[in-house]
Amino acid sequence: MRTDITRINENSPYTDLTEGLQLYAGGTSRLFKTGEWRTNTPVLDDKCRQCLLCAPVCPDSSIPVKNGKRLDFDYDHCKGCGICAKACPFGAITMKEGIEA
Amino acid sequence: MSRSRDEVVCSKSIPERMSGNEAVSYAVRQVNPDVMPAFPITPSTEIPQMVSSYIANGEIDTEFIPVESEHSAMSAAIGAEAAGARTMTATSSAGLALMWEELLLAASNRLPIVLTLVNRTLSGPININCDHSDGMGARDTGWIQIYSENNQEAYDNYIQAFPIAEDPRVHLPVMICQDGFITSHAVENIELLEDAPVKAFVGEYNPEEFLLNPGKPVSVGPYAVSAYSMEAKRAQEAAMERAGEVILEVAERFREMSGRSYGFFEEYRTEDAEYLMVIMGSAAGTAKAAVDMLREEGHKVGILKLRVFRPFPEKEIAEAIRRSGCKAVAIMDRCESYNGCSGPLGSEIPAALFRNKVMVETVNYIYGLAGRDFTVEHVQDVFAELEEVAQGNKEAPNHKYIGLRE
Repeated sequence: MRTDITRINENSPYTDLTEGLQLYAGGTSRLFKTGEWRTNTPVLDDKCRQCLLCAPVCPDSSIPVKNGKRLDFDYDHCKGCGICAKACPFGAITMKEGIEA
Repeated sequence: MSRSRDEVVCSKSIPERMSGNEAVSYAVRQVNPDVMPAFPITPSTEIPQMVSSYIANGEIDTEFIPVESEHSAMSAAIGAEAAGARTMTATSSAGLALMWEELLLAASNRLPIVLTLVNRTLSGPININCDHSDGMGARDTGWIQIYSENNQEAYDNYIQAFPIAEDPRVHLPVMICQDGFITSHAVENIELLEDAPVKAFVGEYNPEEFLLNPGKPVSVGPYAVSAYSMEAKRAQEAAMERAGEVILEVAERFREMSGRSYGFFEEYRTEDAEYLMVIMGSAAGTAKAAVDMLREEGHKVGILKLRVFRPFPEKEIAEAIRRSGCKAVAIMDRCESYNGCSGPLGSEIPAALFRNKVMVETVNYIYGLAGRDFTVEHVQDVFAELEEVAQGNKEAPNHKYIGLRE
């Protein structure tokens, strides 16, 4: 029987945890909102030409691309490293202080 | 075909003459584990060497990974076991020390790896001979540790290691220890078992969850925040607590197959003993010979030979010492703990006695470091001293070295 890891939380007794805290599911890092760690936040403006140089350099895969166009940041997982802002040739990404966009 | 572990096939005994390393390698051939990453180190080198010969001769299909260090050997063992492969390795001394970080990972990730440790001292001074400082250094890594007196026990314990480690109540790695050179290289008589009963006893390894399992993804070794880490460690400790009953169940099945009995420890002539010696490993053989001689002279002496060191059978040891009704116990450590007062057994056994309200005089002796001889005469001297201490003629020496030039 696989353990449903979404039913384990910070109130679970030790006897209810999985062995070695193994996660019996795929893609579980999506559930962990690492964007909460951010102290600076990238903001995209209309200077963006959709060159897509920013998306592949994002270490947290937080720039979703759909139909050849980048969408807004995945702020649930963006840690605010600023690499995208450095990579943007058009100055379309500015880093704003704080966690809010 | 997977076999049920409940079926026990009795085995005929095959008399042979082998060293401890040969015996363990012979058992590896019978078990045919899936993966063996290993790096050679004296005195365990022969094990990967002999297993490699079995592989080269086509007798087994174990995947041997020649790694660049023991750190890599245990890392590869962790990867292989997590992937779903029955995995073992062999090492000694500095090799085990280099594995230290991974030893803890193997245990905390609940991977039933089997490691055959050929005990050798740790540097320094650098030396290749036997003592237990390597195994004792790993005593808090979360591994089950079973110590062997001779080649027979090294062989028997190795075969029992897999069903213990892989039991769903346990899922912990197991270290099977034998004394370097004294056991690993000395050729002695041995009763081997037939291949088919051993294979049936060990069974096929069918883990429920493993990495190379299409459609059933699993993450092994994730980061845990403080809200989970303490619970994970307690759960691991609970597995170690459960390991005791599994070790005894496996020993019972092993007895049905082989006719040889094992427990947490062996009590040798302890029934009416006034003086006991607690000892581990090959020196127990020397101690038994001394006890036989002393018994003939009318001295009521006995040996408690510890086999299972982790989990530590605290209650059972205390109860055995209580039952014997002895006046004093010599606790023998083939390892210095550098804590300024006792060796590892010299700390843990008095604690076991105290917690179980068994108030008996104990004297801790350090012997056989780095291959120093330990003889029948030494055992006789220890019992003579115990007698003097118990009769109040002498103050109990604290933490005394045997055979030391002073």
